[in-house]
Order: sequence, then C-alpha cells, then structure tokens
Amino acid sequence: MTDTVADGNLLVATDVRKEFGGLIAVNDVSFTVPRERVISLIGPNGAGKTTFFNMLTGVYKPTAGSITFLGDDVTGKPPHAITAKGIGRTFQNIRLFQNMTALENVMVGMHTRMRANLFNSIVRTPFVRREEAAARARALELLQEVGLRRKAHAAAKNLPYGEQRKLEVARALATEPQLLLLDEPTAGMNPQESAEFTQFVGHHLRDERKLTVLMIEHDMRVVMGVSDRVSVLDYGEKIAEGSPREVQKNERVIEAYLGKAAVEDMKRQGLS
Amino acid sequence: MEHTEAVDLQSRLSARWKELPEIQRTGTKIVLALVLAALLLFVDKALGFGVATVAAVYWLYRLPPLPWRLAAQAVLVLLFLVLGPASFGILLAGAFAVFWVPERRRSWVVPAVAVGAAIFYPFYQGHMFTIPVFGAWPDVATGVVMLVFVMMAIGLNIVVGYAGLLDLGYVAFYATGAYTAAFFTSQQFAGQRCPTPGVSVANCSVAVVPKHNFDFGAVGVVPGAGGIHISVWLLLLLAGVITAFFGIVIGLPTLRLRGDYLAIVTLGFGEILPQIARNGDNLFGTGVNLTNGPNGITPLDSMGFGNRISDATGGVLPSNFLTCCKASHFGHQIQSTDIFFWVAIVLLLLTVFCSFRLQYSRLGRAWIAIREDETAAAAMGIPLMRTKTWAYASGAFFGGVAGAYYAVFRSATFPGDFFFNISVFILCMVILGGMGNIWGVIVGAAFLAYLDREGLANTGAWLNTNLSATSFNLLVAGIFLAVLVWLLTRQREQVMRYVLVGLIVIDLVVFAGLRIIHLPIEVPLYASGIYGLIILIVMLLRPEGLIPSRRRAAELHEGVHDEPLYDLAHAGAEG
Repeated sequence: MTDTVADGNLLVATDVRKEFGGLIAVNDVSFTVPRERVISLIGPNGAGKTTFFNMLTGVYKPTAGSITFLGDDVTGKPPHAITAKGIGRTFQNIRLFQNMTALENVMVGMHTRMRANLFNSIVRTPFVRREEAAARARALELLQEVGLRRKAHAAAKNLPYGEQRKLEVARALATEPQLLLLDEPTAGMNPQESAEFTQFVGHHLRDERKLTVLMIEHDMRVVMGVSDRVSVLDYGEKIAEGSPREVQKNERVIEAYLGKAAVEDMKRQGLS
Repeated sequence: MEHTEAVDLQSRLSARWKELPEIQRTGTKIVLALVLAALLLFVDKALGFGVATVAAVYWLYRLPPLPWRLAAQAVLVLLFLVLGPASFGILLAGAFAVFWVPERRRSWVVPAVAVGAAIFYPFYQGHMFTIPVFGAWPDVATGVVMLVFVMMAIGLNIVVGYAGLLDLGYVAFYATGAYTAAFFTSQQFAGQRCPTPGVSVANCSVAVVPKHNFDFGAVGVVPGAGGIHISVWLLLLLAGVITAFFGIVIGLPTLRLRGDYLAIVTLGFGEILPQIARNGDNLFGTGVNLTNGPNGITPLDSMGFGNRISDATGGVLPSNFLTCCKASHFGHQIQSTDIFFWVAIVLLLLTVFCSFRLQYSRLGRAWIAIREDETAAAAMGIPLMRTKTWAYASGAFFGGVAGAYYAVFRSATFPGDFFFNISVFILCMVILGGMGNIWGVIVGAAFLAYLDREGLANTGAWLNTNLSATSFNLLVAGIFLAVLVWLLTRQREQVMRYVLVGLIVIDLVVFAGLRIIHLPIEVPLYASGIYGLIILIVMLLRPEGLIPSRRRAAELHEGVHDEPLYDLAHAGAEG
C-alpha cells in the first residue's frame, strides 16, 4: 500500500471491471496515475472511459478489482467520501446547479471543507460567520482563477457554454482535490478556447498548483499538447499506454480509431 | 357615412390619447375613476366604494407617477375614512405607506409592519370592515389555527421546497407532536394504585389513588390528578426533538428512494402513524393503553408562565392562560385565546428565523444542490443520505412543535385529526404560496387555513343569501370563468385544459341544480373539491405559486436537467 505512494502514484486501479448485465463496459483495466502529471484517457465512443471515471469517483461500484487512492482502498466508497478524500471531477454533459449563481455553485463545492452544521448555522456563531466569509472569499478567488470573477452573481444557466465548462472546473477545484478528473473538458469549445484551456491545465493546474489531472479528451490537439501520458481504452480494455508520441504510432490504437482496413492500407503504402 | 365618421373620431381620439405624456394619461385616468366613484356614491354607496377599491388596488399594482400618486392616495384614504368603512381607509393608508418606503428598506419594513399588525390584531379585529363575499375578518381563534398551519407549512417547505423531497405523510409529524404533548400534559398515564403497600388495586380496601404523579413545572393541573405533567414550554421543545428523531427514523430507510418512490413510502408512513393513534388503546393486544384510541386524549394542561414569573412581572405574563385575563386595553378585554395567539406569533417568528438561517447556510446550499442535481451534488462531496435526513429532521421538528402547540391550544388530540388529507392540505399550502419561498408559504398557508376554518362557511352563507334562486347569474359567472381558464391555459396543456374546464362545468351544474331545487349550498362540504380546483388552477397558470422563489420558478418552467444538457453528437452516453 505505502509502496504506491512512495512510487509517486496517487491512484492505483487494479483489474477494475464493470459489467452492466451481460455487457462488459470495463474489462479488468489496471491503471496508475502518477503525481503532478496530466494523464489523458482516450478511446473511441463506447470504449468505457466515462464508466471508468464513474468507478473512480464512486458513482458506480466496480464489479471486481480494487481502486487505491493515496494508499487507501476507496473501491465502492460513496461519491461524497471519495470527493472528501481528494478526487474532484467535472462531467461530460455539464452538470452545474443551473439555477444557482456561479458563486453558489463554487461554494457548494466547498461543502466537504466546511464544518458548519444545522445548529450553529441557526445561531450563526462567530465560527460559522468566519467560515462563511472565508468560503465566499475563496470562491471568488477560484472564480478569478478561471476568469469568471465578473460573472460571480450570474445564474449558472445564463453563462455561455465555454464559461459553464470553466465554472465546472472552478467548482471541482473548490473541493480541494489532489486529483482532478476532467470528462471531455473542451467538448464544444472553439479551437481558441481549447488552446487556452490546454494552457490552463498544463501550466496553471499542473505546473503552478501541482495538481494531478486525469482527463478524457477527444480533441487530439489538446491531448498531444498537454499530456504526460496517454492511455487508450477500446471495448473496455486498455490497448495502449505511453507518451503521446508512442501512442500516436501504436498500431492497435490506429486500428481502434480507423479500423483494420486502414491499418492494412497504411502498411501497404509503407511497403510500396 | 356617419359610421365612418364615428370610427374616424374614435381613431383620432385614441391617437391623441396615445400622444399624451404618460403622466397626463395617468392623471386623466385617476380623475375619471374618482369622478365615477363619486357619482356612483350618490346612486349606491356600495357601488361607489367598489369602484374606488378597484382603483386603489390597481394603483397599488401599477404605481402612478409622483404628484398623482400622492393626490390619488390621499383622496382615496380620506374617502374611506370619512364616508366609508374607516377601517378600510386605515388599511389602505398602510398599504400605500409601504410604497413610500425606499425600496432597499422595504425588505424589512414590510415584515415589521405585518408583525405589528398581527400583534395588535385581537384589539382591532372587531372593528374591521366586512370583506365582500368572505364576510367578517377571521376571529382570533382562527388566527391561532392559521399560525399553527403556517408553522407546519414552513416545516414542510424545508423538506419539499428546499431539498425537493416530496413528502405526502407530513401529518405523521403533526400527530407525533400532538401526542407527545398529550402524553405529558394529561392523565393518560395516571394508572391506579392502592395506598396500602403490597396490595393490588382489585383487593384494595381504601380508595385507590393515581399510580404515577409526576409534575414538572406544569400549570393548571387539578390537585391530586395523576399522570405525567410537564411544563408546556419544555414540551414544545421536547415534542420538536422527539418528532425530529422520528423524522430521522422514518427518513433513514426511505430517503434512499428518489422522487415518486419516496412520495409513495412517505404516504405509507403518513397512514401508519394515525392508525397507531387510532388503535393504540390496546397496543398489539397487550392491553397497554398508549393513545386512548378513537376517544383521543383530553383534557390537556393549560399553558402559562407560572405564579413566580407572573408575580415578578406584575401579572403582565399570565400564570395560566386559561384563567388569566381580566385586563382591558384599548376597549378590548383580553381573552385567553389572545394570549395563545401571541405565543403562536412568537413561535412562528422563531420558525421563520430558523428557516431563513438554514436557507442561507452550508446545509441550505447543499439542500438546493440536491434538489437541482443529485449526482452532481454527491460528486461535490455532499453526503446525500445525511443531508436529506437533516432536511427531514428539521421539517419534522417544526411539524412537531406546531402539532404540540395545537393540541395544547385545543386541550385535546384525536386520531381523526390526522387523516391523509391534512398532509395534502399542508402540501397545498406550500404549492399555492410558492415552494421554497418563505413569504409565499406564509401567505398560502394562512389563506388556505382561513378558508378551511371560516372562509368557506362565510362564502357559503354569502352565496345562499345573495344568489337566492338566481342560479342564472351563477351560471353566467361560471361560464365566464371557464372561458377565462380556457383562454389563459396554453395550447400544450390540452388535456389539463379539458379536465379543468370540465371540473368547473360539473361544479356549476351541481351548484345550479341545487339552487334550482332550492337547497341551501353547503360550501364547506365541497372543501376538498375547492382546494383541488385551486391547486389545479395554480399549477396550470402559475406553477411556481403566488410568491415564488426565483430559483424554483425557473426549475418549474424549464424542468430540472437530469438529462444531459449538451449532449454532443460525437460524445456517446458512455465515453
């Protein structure tokens, strides 16, 4: 157990498996996430990437296998316990609290880091007052970080799409994670926004905040631009892992994305 | 030729009218309305006042520009003060005054005025004007009931409005509170015992005495009476705590369920508790009498501050509410009901205070987050079960306190009070007022409780005296209402539209039929139907309630997005 921490691995998943009835969505995948790196998880549609994410965050319980985070077994723990331990996440289809303001959204993210309870909230003790003020200030800081400071009091649903994505990141950061899981963070962004976001993840989150990021991404420019390592899932199995360059050349990866015919075609062209 | 000229004149006039500046148009309207009211006053007093009232309400709704506002308001208030029911003039002056308060202060001035008006209500209730159709202003006893129901509705609002958990069994909490109070303020657990040690009651040769006799600060206990008697003040808190505990016990197994399933299970619990109360005179066939069965528990001890506090305050705080009160202030002899009314106001204020504090706290945010999106809330670190259970417990707490207070006020509790329809009734109050908004819930609950206690009976009496044999008028009014609903409901609600209009037509036929064969209409008999109709209309026309919470309104009009919001073509459901 302690080995994994000593190795610099934040998260270790061993032979994780998920079955939905007869369908095997994730088939005995082993996976490690080293500290302070950006890891990308790619794969064609239906490869089981989001299912894998959902198991890491406790939304689904793995059928078999174990997940260790910071040296502790978190397999099958409820989502809130996993968040409290330090895994923050965003969602593929944005799941903000639509009718709350941006500020409130971020403050909800701080739930596990706050201590106020039913009773002292009613009395509003000095402790609660201080905590609330600190949370507010911190939330504004986070909004500043993602560039939404001026939209703090706008309802989440009124923000443009790109800003909703950013707000989700700010909300996830509010949980004070050590590992940040981003599920297709640039989906629906234009190329310029994508580039900015890549910069944000690589420079700000990894280099400045020393965060570990695991993201599912389809945009290859983003994946290649920021990842320290890329893992490829196909039909629930991990088919390749390595640096972006290695993965790009991997035959099975090309096959998974483009089909067998394409690989043979390329080989023939390579031969001739 | 003439015809076209007329049309021409009309269009020219309307064009001229539209060209006028806003202020002149408003002024003209005000002067016309006042002149009309003055003219009608000579013809028929009621008619004149009617026009003036409508104008007043309209100007409250759409404030006229400044010089006209002052003039019109002054004229109207004077009109009523001098010629009409003076109490209406004073009320109108109060309503106008609110709009002279700067907007940023209004958020606390309005509640302060409302509380002040409520506190003095017993003094001026007898002097108030008669409301058209609804009759006299509710008396103070009705006021107490209204306040109790408002408290319960605020409690339910925490569960339904904040956390979004549909609870159809809220009456169970009400019952728990009421029975907790009853157990410890009555002779329910008196039992009997022979004074001679070691001799059973059956073989006792001397008179039997009560077995348990525990007294803790209770007032108004008959000397020598058995049973457990605890101070009602303490009991209110105790009832709340016990009910909250009950909420947790009920909540733990049920709150895992979502949406409709939760509603069905709560419905079950709401049915179980009253059944226990009903059959609790012989618990599980063991002969243990816990609730005294269908006979209920009565009488209960009175409330009061006790002799010591009463003496210390020179009798301002009465030692016993039921035997107090000889003082007379402002020409009104203070009744024990008045004291119950004031205590209810204090309890309600505490409830509102707690509810507000909770709404803007870490827990309140978590509740709203759960209501909006459970999955995301859990992913943000909110423990779903625990947070929902707290919502349930806090809701139950206020339900319990309200139930206990109501039982003490009536000095009785019966299992018949805790039918399923009370759960629905309280839910209706929350829906009518506006889920999630405390002010809305207060208004909705007070109005429905008033209708239930007095309003419907008064309306019935008015109908019977004023519509004698003129069912034709009623029919016309009903058809008008049906057409109105038809026009106001939107196309996409076709089915509801038919249902609603159908209901109105059926109601009309029944009413009209009864009138034609000269049977008096017993409006209170149709109470459930009328509440149902109110809720139907509210849900169709204004699903967010009368005074909605901004957030809730948005959800109801757009739906909560449990479905993916932006489902991108290239991103499958499972990545």
